[in-house]
Amino acid sequence: MAKLIELKGISKSYDGEKVIDSMNLYIRDKEFITLLGPSGCGKTTTLRIIGGFETADEGQLYFDGVEISDVPAHKRHVNTVFQKYALFPHLNVYENIAFPLRLKKVSEEEIKTKVTEMLKMVALVGFENKSVSTLSGGQQQRVAIARALVSHPRVLLLDEPLGALDLKLRKDMQNELKTIQQAIGITFIYVTHDQEEALSMSDTIVVMADGEIQQIGTPTDIYNEPKNAFVADFIGESNIIDGIMLEDKKVKLASHVFECVDSGYEQGEPVDVVIRPEDVDVVAPEKGMLTGKVTSVTFKGVHYEIIVDIKGFKWMIQSTDYVAPEATIGVYIEPDAIHIMKKSKYSGKFGDYSSFSDEIDQLSDADAAEEF
Amino acid sequence: MKKKRSIMHSIAAAPHIFWAILFIVLPLFIVVFYAFTDESGAFTFDNLASLKNYTKLFGLSLELSVLATFVCFLVGYPLAYIIARAPAKRQKIYIMLLMLPMWTNLLIRTYSIMAILDDGGFLNQLLNTELHIIGTKGAVIFGMVYDFLPYMVLPIYTCISKIDKHMWEAASDLGCNTFQVITKVIFPLSLSGVISGITMVFVPSISTFYISQKLGGGTFELIGDTIERQFVSGALNTGAAISLVMMILILISLGIMNKFSDADEGGIIV
Amino acid sequence: MKKHLSTAYLVLIFGILYIPILTLIFFSFNSENSTAVFGEFSFRWYKELFNSPDTFTALRNTLILAISSATIATVIGTAAAEGIYKMRSKVLKATINSVTNIPMMNPDIVTGMSMMLFFVVVAGILRISYDDMGFVAMLIAHITFCLPYVILSVLPRITEFGDSLSEAALDLGCTPMQAFFKVKLPNIMHGVVSGFVMAFTLSLDDFVISYFVGSSKFQTLPLLIYSMTKKKVTPDMYALSTLIIITIFALLIFSNVRSGREEERRKRKAARK
Repeated sequence: MAKLIELKGISKSYDGEKVIDSMNLYIRDKEFITLLGPSGCGKTTTLRIIGGFETADEGQLYFDGVEISDVPAHKRHVNTVFQKYALFPHLNVYENIAFPLRLKKVSEEEIKTKVTEMLKMVALVGFENKSVSTLSGGQQQRVAIARALVSHPRVLLLDEPLGALDLKLRKDMQNELKTIQQAIGITFIYVTHDQEEALSMSDTIVVMADGEIQQIGTPTDIYNEPKNAFVADFIGESNIIDGIMLEDKKVKLASHVFECVDSGYEQGEPVDVVIRPEDVDVVAPEKGMLTGKVTSVTFKGVHYEIIVDIKGFKWMIQSTDYVAPEATIGVYIEPDAIHIMKKSKYSGKFGDYSSFSDEIDQLSDADAAEEF
Repeated sequence: MKKKRSIMHSIAAAPHIFWAILFIVLPLFIVVFYAFTDESGAFTFDNLASLKNYTKLFGLSLELSVLATFVCFLVGYPLAYIIARAPAKRQKIYIMLLMLPMWTNLLIRTYSIMAILDDGGFLNQLLNTELHIIGTKGAVIFGMVYDFLPYMVLPIYTCISKIDKHMWEAASDLGCNTFQVITKVIFPLSLSGVISGITMVFVPSISTFYISQKLGGGTFELIGDTIERQFVSGALNTGAAISLVMMILILISLGIMNKFSDADEGGIIV
Repeated sequence: MKKHLSTAYLVLIFGILYIPILTLIFFSFNSENSTAVFGEFSFRWYKELFNSPDTFTALRNTLILAISSATIATVIGTAAAEGIYKMRSKVLKATINSVTNIPMMNPDIVTGMSMMLFFVVVAGILRISYDDMGFVAMLIAHITFCLPYVILSVLPRITEFGDSLSEAALDLGCTPMQAFFKVKLPNIMHGVVSGFVMAFTLSLDDFVISYFVGSSKFQTLPLLIYSMTKKKVTPDMYALSTLIIITIFALLIFSNVRSGREEERRKRKAARK
């Protein structure tokens, strides 16, 4: 597939603070790409630069091979679904969707066909004459999507569009968005801080932090082969442990030598080792590669979340079997469950569950939702 | 029990209700009473009948105040828009600058305009001309616009600054150029501000007597002047009758305007 | 380009808005008795202003009237806002609101006329002369036209504040009175203060209603100015206005700088977090 959008060396600062640092990224035609990252990572700013609401301080933006860095928003073949929808309160549902067509002086008849088609697509037939303020969040969302798509843009930008919806609706809309994207076959650029959303919808995920791209890849790549501690921690739960590569396919961590599948590191090179909580098996202490003391057990429905203290490092283990707190257990890890990463500036910052609590997680989520 | 509590709490409003009935409602009834009685207190239609002599005057007042309101809108809307789109810190300064003249007494401000525009005034001296400005309709309208412009700008400014900033982005994203963003999205959304701006300029314009006295140079008489003259000469009954008619005239004007805006909104919703 | 156009427009409009004010300030320093021909720079009119007993009486009257009417209007208006908020009946609420707003919607001249006629009737009933009511009539009139503005600035605050904190106070053992004074009032204070300030300035500035209601016994500044502009204005009125403008300008800058500093402090605090 051809490159549709290309960002070359894009930088942007606000009040002397760099929000995006010389970013290079290309986006292929017809793909569903997600910019994923915590609040303040520059993802929304990137989207706004592509949409034409911000101008980059440095770098160029290409659309279909043509530079559009200075083209105003209303002349770009790119439409946006805004975070809070930005529906026009003085227009009803029909007129909101017809708005871009009216600007183009499309005939009344054609407007009617196109708007009806859109309403069908977002399942809002019969809502034509309703005032947008009487609609529910989910319905407003659909109107916003229909309005953005009615003039057949090449690219649809979505800025945390599901952030204001409740959990159930969010799941439904995720599926629906994916279906719509496949049906009309255009590029979707999606911004979110919700890793689950990103994993379930995207063809490609761009993980961002501190104004820089950390990793680009398919959802499975990103989950299974995180490039550094930041990505490993941000996508899913991870135990990130300091290790030393003894030789190819042999890593030493927590004073135990493990078989693994990675190679290509220098002998004796310090590395970050990622082990997903679901990949750790709980066994009897004498059978374990490592042993530790259980410090807490939380029932999560599908599994128990067990925090184990192994040589001072708190591991998270997800297991369907119950273990008692204070018990000593052994852990067993398969070689292909061990993922080795090079040391980065994020090493040592993440992956320890000693101060873990659900509340902190929720708090940081709320922060992220407030991001501009 | 619940009812009792509610009444107890509502008692806080009692002094105000008492005040409003005694000093707002009752005086208006007295105006009506005066309008329909003669000096001895006997019922009569004479006061109202005599108003037909003032038809021309009502017309002129209406003409000047409508024009002044219109000019205020033309000048004020762009001003409010520019202020509302300025950076937050500068908005504060602009609004302060806009309010400051209002703190100078209206009489002094108006007099100062007169002193500038007068035949031997500052402007003519400066330009070394003999422009005759005072006494023209233009001077009166200028005075009204000058004195009441902030009343137009403030509600429109408040309204525009409350509009979600994403509306601008959404509009231009969907293909509006700068001009269309304003005409198709922002103006309709700021209509309520425009309506209250118009009301706040129209009412003092149509009832002013000071501006027309000074800037009209004695050649104009508006409704306000007539009421004032009746008051000074002690013809309270005629004064009351004119006041009553003016009040009704304003009510009708405002009613028509609200109808217009309602119909507009209704047309969109339905 | 667009930016320059906006700036040019702002400069033009503000320029026109300020020319009369600036000329007024300019001529307040005139040595001649004229508001059109400038002699030389002098403080003559400021001296005359301070030596004129009429002006001082008027200034004192104006301040007494503004402070007392604003205070009473704030008390009645705040209580009224609380009462209106607690009212269950929507019809009653709407009726009170529209009656309250009459003085705001009605032209001043009609309000003035109606109040004047009212006091004529009252004077007739009490068998006193109209002039005897001087200050009282003025005070009642000023309170009346200030009330809607106080309610308008307090009521939204009360609505915004809601019931939950008052209920918490009641739960913790406050009487309803205590709950209002200890919990609600401090929280709506901003609205109460701005209502007071608005009432104060309206009263200070009012000419039309005072002109109709007032009598020779109680002269306020706007009335004095009007009687002077009937004839020819001497620049001492300009001097007085200049002093008022400078005072207000200083107050505005002071409050702006202070709120700006507070904002800065808050920002720094947030940054430290």
